[in-house]
Amino acid sequence: MTARETNMRREIDATDIQAIARTAFGSHKSARYVLLRVVQPSAARQWLRGLTPTSLAKMSLKELPPEISQIAFTAEGLRALGIKDTILQQFSPEFVDGIANNDNRSRRLGDTGANAPTNWRWGVGEKEAHILLMLFSTVEQIKALTDRMLDQALAAGLSKVDILSDSDMDNTEPFGFRDGISQPTFDWDRPRIPGTKADQDYTNLLALGELLLGYRNEYGLLTDRPLLAASEKNVDILPKDLTDHGDLGLNGSYLVYRQLAQDVAGFWRWVAGEAARSGITKEQQAESMVGRKLDGSPLPDLPVGRSIPGVDERYSGRNDFLFDTDPDGLSCPVGAHIRRANPRTGDVPGGRKGPLDSLLTILGLTTRRDRRPTSSTLPWRRNTTVWPFIRSEDDAVASARFHRILRRGREYGSKPDPDLGHDPAIPAPETGIHFLCLNANIARQFEFVQGAWIASAKFAALAGEQDPLLGNREPFPTNPIADPQPTDGFTRPGAPPHCRHASGLPQFVRVRGGAYFFLPGLAALRWIASD
Amino acid sequence: MIPQDSFIIVAKIDPVQLDKLRSLLKTMTFADRTGMADPDNPLVRFRDFDEIHFARFVVLADNTLNDRAHYPQLPSREPFYLCFMVDCDGSADELLARMAQRPDGLRTIFGHCEEFGQTTDLLGWLRAHRVKPAASYVNWVGRSVGQVREEARLHDLLRAALSGIEKSEPQKILVRLRQSIMLPEPLKPAPPTPLSWRIRNVAHLLLPFVVALVCLALFPIITIVLLGVGSVLFVIALRWHEQTDPFVDQPYDANRVAELRGGEDHDVTNQYTAMGSIKPGRFRLWTEVAILYGINWVARHIFTRGSLARIGTIHFAHWVFLDQGRRAFFCSNYDGGHEAYMDDFINKAGFGLNLSFSSGIGYPTTDWLLARGAWLEQEFKRFQRRHQIPTDVWYKAYPGLTAHDLARNSRIRNGFEKAAMSDDEIRRWLAEI
Repeated sequence: MTARETNMRREIDATDIQAIARTAFGSHKSARYVLLRVVQPSAARQWLRGLTPTSLAKMSLKELPPEISQIAFTAEGLRALGIKDTILQQFSPEFVDGIANNDNRSRRLGDTGANAPTNWRWGVGEKEAHILLMLFSTVEQIKALTDRMLDQALAAGLSKVDILSDSDMDNTEPFGFRDGISQPTFDWDRPRIPGTKADQDYTNLLALGELLLGYRNEYGLLTDRPLLAASEKNVDILPKDLTDHGDLGLNGSYLVYRQLAQDVAGFWRWVAGEAARSGITKEQQAESMVGRKLDGSPLPDLPVGRSIPGVDERYSGRNDFLFDTDPDGLSCPVGAHIRRANPRTGDVPGGRKGPLDSLLTILGLTTRRDRRPTSSTLPWRRNTTVWPFIRSEDDAVASARFHRILRRGREYGSKPDPDLGHDPAIPAPETGIHFLCLNANIARQFEFVQGAWIASAKFAALAGEQDPLLGNREPFPTNPIADPQPTDGFTRPGAPPHCRHASGLPQFVRVRGGAYFFLPGLAALRWIASD
Repeated sequence: MIPQDSFIIVAKIDPVQLDKLRSLLKTMTFADRTGMADPDNPLVRFRDFDEIHFARFVVLADNTLNDRAHYPQLPSREPFYLCFMVDCDGSADELLARMAQRPDGLRTIFGHCEEFGQTTDLLGWLRAHRVKPAASYVNWVGRSVGQVREEARLHDLLRAALSGIEKSEPQKILVRLRQSIMLPEPLKPAPPTPLSWRIRNVAHLLLPFVVALVCLALFPIITIVLLGVGSVLFVIALRWHEQTDPFVDQPYDANRVAELRGGEDHDVTNQYTAMGSIKPGRFRLWTEVAILYGINWVARHIFTRGSLARIGTIHFAHWVFLDQGRRAFFCSNYDGGHEAYMDDFINKAGFGLNLSFSSGIGYPTTDWLLARGAWLEQEFKRFQRRHQIPTDVWYKAYPGLTAHDLARNSRIRNGFEKAAMSDDEIRRWLAEI
């Protein structure tokens, strides 16, 4: 199947899109993630036909219905429901593989050591989910809704893998930071033409095709998705694509789910120790690792009020900033969590340029003399990159627009009080995040962010440090390739009087389970459920 | 400085010996690290050759000959080759001679090739099977393996020492750092650049200009007319080819990609080998020859300090023709994961991919040689994965280090050796550590 370029604007059918693509259901304070396995395909399909996931069309109502369900499937789940291999293979290869079934993928995503899938609570073998049923309601009503939905599922012969609950921490993640501030804005009305000169600057407005299948992505193309020949059974249920194939992917998305347990006590214990060693408060230390202050505002000295497409006034002072004024990480460390998760870079280093510079940039050259105080202006020429070449370190991370995800996570467990003394002998109750995100291309979006930006110890020309929150701290490479190289550092270049390198960061976040799901459009769901 | 060189041996494999050869090559690698060479393997003890940066053995087994069904004028079968490629410091020919002084392993390996017998003169045979790459790229011309290793050691020592030094005035920190570092051996100064290399390099640099000037001086009118008419004809031919080249589907083969992935991400650097057929006819071949000459020239004379255009993650790369230009293969050593490498390439230098690979059968359609092509993202990614072949044995002399690490370590060394630095310079230098 080839990606077909199209400039056609397909009308958006809001009744076909599951609402989670556009809302996190914030008014519904409680959620349950029900993981199920199919035992009898025909009974399961009949059960599916009785479900009514909330569509985007409901968002035009004054308020969302009090009980909301959304549904997604793993590749194994689709197979168990009777979908043919020839159709299944047209889904994204990463989805077909699954998140936990390939050693190379585990190495790239940092799922090694304590994070290895063999240690997961769910997601592997008999505990691999087929279906994810997401339920949202009020704290009072969620249990009744879950019980009712589960009874129906069990009656249809499905088996339960697990039911995971969230807990409302008021938009604050368990370490204590305000969460969910930075999200891409999607081009629902679709005036955006990606790849123009404007994208030399960072954009937070993305083509809808980065979220939903069947629409133009940031390359102006349609992401590969299953297209069914007219001879396939029940194909009339599906909307048609431009070539008259049944469009199974249209209005669908890939949902990545990772359950991340957070060691809150361990985090603050290490942070306090490091803060004492370097003479700052523990809040300052933690904020430098996250890249935001506890209340979610950007670190001081980063100018806010920058004009960024897709960042509206609601986020003024919180999301209208860039890192281009801080190339060396003096205000916000280069390795800080938010800078890895989204480096806020445009297509060319330094942002939009004149015609001559634009041309030269393609060749890695620039007319701009680099005056900022970095090693490139150090007085030795030997063994350094000199003008007119762009320092490759400054261009290590570019074009963030191809690597964004829409997060839909919720916290779980009970939020511990970091100030309370904690006896290490008594295990703290588990807390963390149900990390859920949506994207149209798992390899280029989620896996890229997780692998090349979060888990990599070489992100942006750094050395020996992974994400200060999410890193697994596993040495890499290991014997016999090389003597184990540490990945447990964290560099704070802005620390006076000189840059501070911490080492020996413990693992703060552990993966407890995960899966790649396909979140179908509602016509696609009807097709999946059809006999 | 010590300039870098490479040798590429390409020899036809005796078809009945193919499976045996693959099993043999496997014995040179670590058991659970697909394709990663054991530096101490008894066949070729890479560790003993301090001048080798990267080396690989790869069975050039073309996965895409079926695509020639669209071009009946091309033969439907081609031989399997064994490729032995080494990037090194100093003269590659001298290295080859030294390696041939330990003949047993190489004899065992190349004994699986045609025209290699028990009495064959190994070195002469290897030299006879050496092929010249059409284009080569070196990340940093003049940075030797020895320098890489001693600078990495220096960085490790400085980083460890710095964590034990209390905050104070920059000058005091510098003094204490320099005092506390005990290098096992002093940093070696760069040896003088060989004069012969300098002369050849300048000649290579000037050659296109000299040819142009001579043509213009001797036959000004003919040259200008030929250039003008030639350009017009070229563009017409190019557009005709771009619009009429058959579309060759590039399906995704999950099993094959799984096999390729098995050999990836064991280190911070990965290997890449890909091969395919060039579209038949003089137009595509000559265009490719000219483009690779250009790439080779800019790589040799302009992009010699850490990046090829905007790509800063490639250590070494080679483009090589095979079978009188019917096929070609490409090898590179790059930092980071495969997907990230491809994204980087498409987004920063998609035009370069189009230039250097669009003459290949099945390459996504380009516009005006530069546009589209690689920017047809998923089609291009399937194309390149489909043409990629597993690298049977891959050796890197400095595992754990990326090109950015190497450049940073060199900068740190410069500061370490500098007689005096201002407070500000020291602060910047410390930040690098």
